[in-house]
Amino acid sequence: MDALKTTALNARHQALGAKMTAFSGYVMPLNYGEGVLAEHRWTRDHASLFDVSHMGPATVELLAPGPDAAANHAQISSLLEPLLTADLQGLAPGQMRYTLLLNADGGIDDDLMVARPRDLERQGSLDLVVNAGGKAADFARISAQLGDAARLVRRDAGVLIALQGPAAEAALSAHLPHSAALGFMQASEWVWRGGSILVSRCGYTGEDGFEILCDPTIGAELWDALLASERVKPAGLAARDSLRLEAGLPLYGHDLDPTVSPLEAGLGFAVSKRRLARGDLLGADRFAQELAHGPKRVRVGLRLEAGPPAREGAEVLDAKANLIGRVTSGGPSPSLGGGVALAFVPPHLAAIGTGLFVKVRDRSVAAKVVALPFVPHRYKRSV
Amino acid sequence: MRFTKDHEWLSLDGDIVTLGVTAYAAQQLGDVVFVELPEIGKKLNPGDPLAVVESVKAASDVYCPIAGEVVEINQNLVSSPDFVNASPEAAGWFAKLKLAKAGSEADLDPGLMDRAAYETFLNGL
Repeated sequence: MDALKTTALNARHQALGAKMTAFSGYVMPLNYGEGVLAEHRWTRDHASLFDVSHMGPATVELLAPGPDAAANHAQISSLLEPLLTADLQGLAPGQMRYTLLLNADGGIDDDLMVARPRDLERQGSLDLVVNAGGKAADFARISAQLGDAARLVRRDAGVLIALQGPAAEAALSAHLPHSAALGFMQASEWVWRGGSILVSRCGYTGEDGFEILCDPTIGAELWDALLASERVKPAGLAARDSLRLEAGLPLYGHDLDPTVSPLEAGLGFAVSKRRLARGDLLGADRFAQELAHGPKRVRVGLRLEAGPPAREGAEVLDAKANLIGRVTSGGPSPSLGGGVALAFVPPHLAAIGTGLFVKVRDRSVAAKVVALPFVPHRYKRSV
Repeated sequence: MRFTKDHEWLSLDGDIVTLGVTAYAAQQLGDVVFVELPEIGKKLNPGDPLAVVESVKAASDVYCPIAGEVVEINQNLVSSPDFVNASPEAAGWFAKLKLAKAGSEADLDPGLMDRAAYETFLNGL
């Protein structure tokens, strides 16, 4: 077993009194002094700063870009597209997409963000962020896919921080005034204190916010600068998880795994119609089959009105106590009260309002299928 | 009051022992959002599950350090599980057990610690 890595912000977490935990090979802050509930609520009401440097940012770039920027983008996109579900060619400069890395069986090997750079001189490159747990396998697979025409450059020695919450725009634009003009799922690169900084308007909490990638020196300075705002506090992985659960967002390794298809996961929106029409999607047969006849199971949101929260692995039962599925993520909802869970169930038991039960220890707790997200998203969509 | 290495406390009054988790345990557990308490009348032996404490992140088992019958549970924890964090060694108590015979705290399991011994134990963690 390799030694756990630390991020470039580790000394800051220690100084802030964080409770640290091992996660995907890294020592990461689980929560800070005020605790998970306070951090969760602060994010919904103000803004929180998360160190997510354990994740896998990378850039794929053509080795010999030509003079035509559009042609360069088309070339790098067509090299990467066969592994993913997105229409990368259709990305506008500065636009990003949530997409899925598929396997040959049409299952999800990872979920990731892909952005087309805004700068003219970086056309022919794409910026990615994959999950921490998928880095080694994803990068190897992408590198092999690119062949001799392009290469993957890891950027995970840098600092990646997420600033999330309704005060995120005000807090970040105090340092990077142009960031306020970004709409949801737009990205841009700027120079800040002499270093390059890549800012994306996205996140995984359901709130408006940004993810920011830069080198470690600048990253530490930006971390300090953002925390100097009265409306920004640090938050750890535990709050990040309870926030994304309320936002109904699936977490790889829990709600998504190599056997789960995009349609089962309710992620059909991430599968490009142009790619479907072209028929070059990995596992296209399974996708077509599920589109025509429906998937065997689907991801739903469950709300538990009373009793203990349900955790990952809990059995989901129908009204006659038959085992019909399992919880893949679950816990208490700080915003709503009671428990919320994501689970996979057969489609005929997935309608909103369906009454089900979740087994928690020796009791069956009543649950109802509800619409996702549990807590409405508040992304800042561009007009 | 007596303490266990698993960070529970016991307080004896005649043949009734009150059980809860220590301030250290509450701090480690984080924000408590639900406590599953035993049924009244349940007979417990040392090592039997006494309660399950749910925080945002995880469910943690609390085991009974002593033999006895559950005669009362802290109903306040049903509506206000955060008492465990706010007042772990008083208002956040879990359950009261009736022992086979009345006695003094000094007669309880010799493995239990008094406050001074428990604090020494904590300092060594």
